[in-house]
Amino acid sequence: MSSQNVSEKPTGPLDVGRIREDFPILGRRVYGKPLVYLDNAATSQKPRQVIEALVRYYEQHNANIHRAIHCLGEEATAAYEEARAKVARFINAPSPECIVFTRNTTEAINLVAHTWGRANVGPQADILLTQMEHHSNLIPWQRLAAEKGASLRYIGLTNEQTLELDGLDELMHDRTRILAVTHASNAVGTINPIGRLVKEAHRNGTTVLVDGAQSAPHMPVDVQAMDCDFFAFSAHKMLGPTGVGVLYARRELLDEMEPFLAGGEMIKRVTLEGATWNDVPWKFEAGTPNIADVIAFGVAIDYLTGLGMENVRAHEMEITDYAMRRLRQMEEVFIYGPPDVADRGGVVSFNYPDLHPHDIGTILDREGVAIRAGHHCTQPLMRILGVSGTARASFYVYNTLEEVDVLVEALGKARAFFSNDTP
Amino acid sequence: MTRPNEDEYARQEAEIDELYREVILDHYRHPRNRASIESPTVSRQGYNPLCGDEIVVDLLVNGGVVEDVAVRGGGCSISQSSASMMSEAIVGRTVDEVESLFGGFTAMMRGSDDVDLDLLGDLEALMGVRKFPVRVKCATLAWHTLREALQELTGGKA
Repeated sequence: MSSQNVSEKPTGPLDVGRIREDFPILGRRVYGKPLVYLDNAATSQKPRQVIEALVRYYEQHNANIHRAIHCLGEEATAAYEEARAKVARFINAPSPECIVFTRNTTEAINLVAHTWGRANVGPQADILLTQMEHHSNLIPWQRLAAEKGASLRYIGLTNEQTLELDGLDELMHDRTRILAVTHASNAVGTINPIGRLVKEAHRNGTTVLVDGAQSAPHMPVDVQAMDCDFFAFSAHKMLGPTGVGVLYARRELLDEMEPFLAGGEMIKRVTLEGATWNDVPWKFEAGTPNIADVIAFGVAIDYLTGLGMENVRAHEMEITDYAMRRLRQMEEVFIYGPPDVADRGGVVSFNYPDLHPHDIGTILDREGVAIRAGHHCTQPLMRILGVSGTARASFYVYNTLEEVDVLVEALGKARAFFSNDTP
Repeated sequence: MTRPNEDEYARQEAEIDELYREVILDHYRHPRNRASIESPTVSRQGYNPLCGDEIVVDLLVNGGVVEDVAVRGGGCSISQSSASMMSEAIVGRTVDEVESLFGGFTAMMRGSDDVDLDLLGDLEALMGVRKFPVRVKCATLAWHTLREALQELTGGKA
């Protein structure tokens, strides 16, 4: 299983050598082998700039925001709100007021299901999802449907795990209140035709939530061009810290929605009898938010903007294309998702017959290669694929073609290990 | 992080070999007692949400003795071989003996030093799993499913 295929250095869109120097963790070894981190769809690594922003905040600016009458409080507030403006620019939201900070994508989707959903989804309503949704864009809607007596409908999948859009007309009708759909599949990589889906949904009077957890980190996103009503994503998958999520929503929706959590920060005027709500978006940010991590997320966005999201996408397509070609050369390996890299993100999900992804994962781990093995929080999709899980390699800005070679070689070792019939 | 020396590499290789001992791979490739029992005294399904592994344990129990057992399902080499080895270990045993085996096996998986290896017999081959904490649940899935089946049988007294 030696790698005869000489992989040229990526001469492409990103200077990966320089990028890698920004990521301290890429210098470490795992079980004596250089770390090959291919679990980016789960969470990305963080550049020094982001880590230093966290330290700088705590060493120089730490204060609570929005209320302090002192210098530190003003600095912290300004930095926090500047991060909100950066997020807005990054996805081309019309204004920072359309950006609500949450803990993660999951919380952002729960916020919509609890507030907009409870007010707009009734017993006769349909909630339209797809069969490839992550549990985070599935369970909140299942709970809402159970609470309201609404019905769940699902857009099915083709044999290549793209959405089956023939027959969409029958799935979408005047009682379909919301379409909640992932932009890019975390499990099989498929990029969904969001533009077309939004157009058809809006023609039908259906509101659209897009789960952007796997798209915002990896490709240019323009929520106005997309014309979606809600867009949710997480900082930690795009070089930022854990504990920060983003909900973008059209301003008029945020204005009419009830708050999610109640307490400090989200109120304007409080009496013993009741309270009035703060303006959008602070109405949705009860309690002291994750100030340091939001500010550091702003630095992560600066980093990505500096690279250029077109370049990030081009780099990932190059790596994904190479990985798929190498894996296809290995007999037996079955790759899920659409065959054309133009239709998929930097996720390659695969299986061997008779070789469980967890066994692959353990052998690869000992070679320093970190992949994900399992159901990827998409159990219904795994059931449709007829597997308990898949092995998944997912790429980001710092990954190289050479690392794909290491992956392929490690897979060869795993294969050999389990097919060896003699002790 | 300090760089491990050659001994360290050798130790890591040995850990993989310990995890996947030949007896384990043999049970994985040729699982025992896979067929289902036509009218089991009790049947129980177990599920590991971490990896999606599924196990069904059928038991035929007569007079407090496990007369027949069948295990089936899908999963990794560790979960499937552990289920296969378990099925061999418990056939012909009394419910009380199976309970002791459960206690001994799970104690071994928790890393306890105070385990009667004679009692466990071949099951000791799975000891290498302890070095791989994320895989321990794979090895214990069948045993926990078995225990739930026995508890169902004895009304929670097992």
